Amino acid sequence: MSNIFSKANCLTFLNPLSKENPVIVQILGICSALAVTAKLAPACVMAISVTCVLALANVIISLMRKSIPSSIRIIVQLVVVAALVVIVEQVLKAYAYDVSKQLSVFIGLIITNCILMGRLEAFALNNRPWPSFLDGVGNGLGYGIILVIVAFFRELLGSGTLFGFQVVPQCWYDAGYMNNGLMILPPMALITVGCIIWVHRSFNKDLQEKQ
Amino acid sequence: MENFNLFIRSIFIDNMIFAYFLGMCSYLAVSKNVKTAFGLGVAVTFVLIIALPISWFINQYILQPGSLSWLGEQYAQTDLSFLGLIMFIAVIASLVQLLEMFIEKYSPSLYNSLGIFLPLIAVNCAILGAVLFMQQRDFSNAWTATVYGAGSGIGWLLAIVCLAAIRERLSYSKIPAPLRGVGITFIITGLMGIAFMSFLGIKI
Repeated sequence: MSNIFSKANCLTFLNPLSKENPVIVQILGICSALAVTAKLAPACVMAISVTCVLALANVIISLMRKSIPSSIRIIVQLVVVAALVVIVEQVLKAYAYDVSKQLSVFIGLIITNCILMGRLEAFALNNRPWPSFLDGVGNGLGYGIILVIVAFFRELLGSGTLFGFQVVPQCWYDAGYMNNGLMILPPMALITVGCIIWVHRSFNKDLQEKQ
Repeated sequence: MENFNLFIRSIFIDNMIFAYFLGMCSYLAVSKNVKTAFGLGVAVTFVLIIALPISWFINQYILQPGSLSWLGEQYAQTDLSFLGLIMFIAVIASLVQLLEMFIEKYSPSLYNSLGIFLPLIAVNCAILGAVLFMQQRDFSNAWTATVYGAGSGIGWLLAIVCLAAIRERLSYSKIPAPLRGVGITFIITGLMGIAFMSFLGIKI
């Protein structure tokens, strides 16, 4: 590893942002991705939490990769991830209590987020700590981008606000514009992600599935 | 009556998939045909029914603030609730492991048909999600928790079997190339979710 910013390392970091995006291409971590996206603020907190946990878990597992017996690796991974998530949970409770109330059980559910297990299994177990760190941050950001895009549309169309600030001007409402209440409800999160996949795959033809 | 209401609610209204998006990963991955989808659904329901009462007892007698008082006066102040996540995931993981060994010993045919999905249930968010919801809602006894587990499991089973049935039919239809596979599955799940919303407000 001569150069810490070598080409391979850059690819490790950049690929998960679009070509190998964990949410819309690898279809991992959908569970928590959808539930927290009714508003932008919790979506951003969730994205940051997952990125931190993923990067740290990747580094820790990568440091231990030679000493973990493969028969109990799942349990070891679960324990490492669970410990990190407990730390994140306590930090959020201390410094961002309102948001952590809104996220309710979904902070805890980072443990069973498939992105974590997927990256730990596929990358951290076979790579050195620095590339693993980049991979963790890259995948966390790739996950975060989708969360933010979905939350942006749902909050804008559903409540007319962004981060809680009024964006749609009052005169529109006076002229008869209405918030689309359906966007706040759970099913629209799925349909929004479906549309993002649609757009993404029409630009990346090689990702399309054959009939 | 209260419990029956909870049971119906957790199947249709608070459906794990359509209302909370829990267990989506395996829901999307294993819904290609009805038979395997049904097998996985039954396994998830089974694990939920066992996991919820166990974690209810753990929560009630170990984790909650003051719950250790049965050990003696000096433990009455202890609050172990920050250990919740680790305890629950350990219970679920070991439970799934036990279940796997049990099924392998007593029903090899079921074991073979479930295959890889059995160990994967440990990281199915529906299980941990139901346990965390149980902790949040403060159920008053273990029986209510079991009923909630059964309801959530059956709701999940219902959702995955419906989706698998739709996807089997879908292979005969013409779908725009970028939507094929995952994209259309998301949109169908969204539409199913809208359909399930018509159960909102049912009170028994």
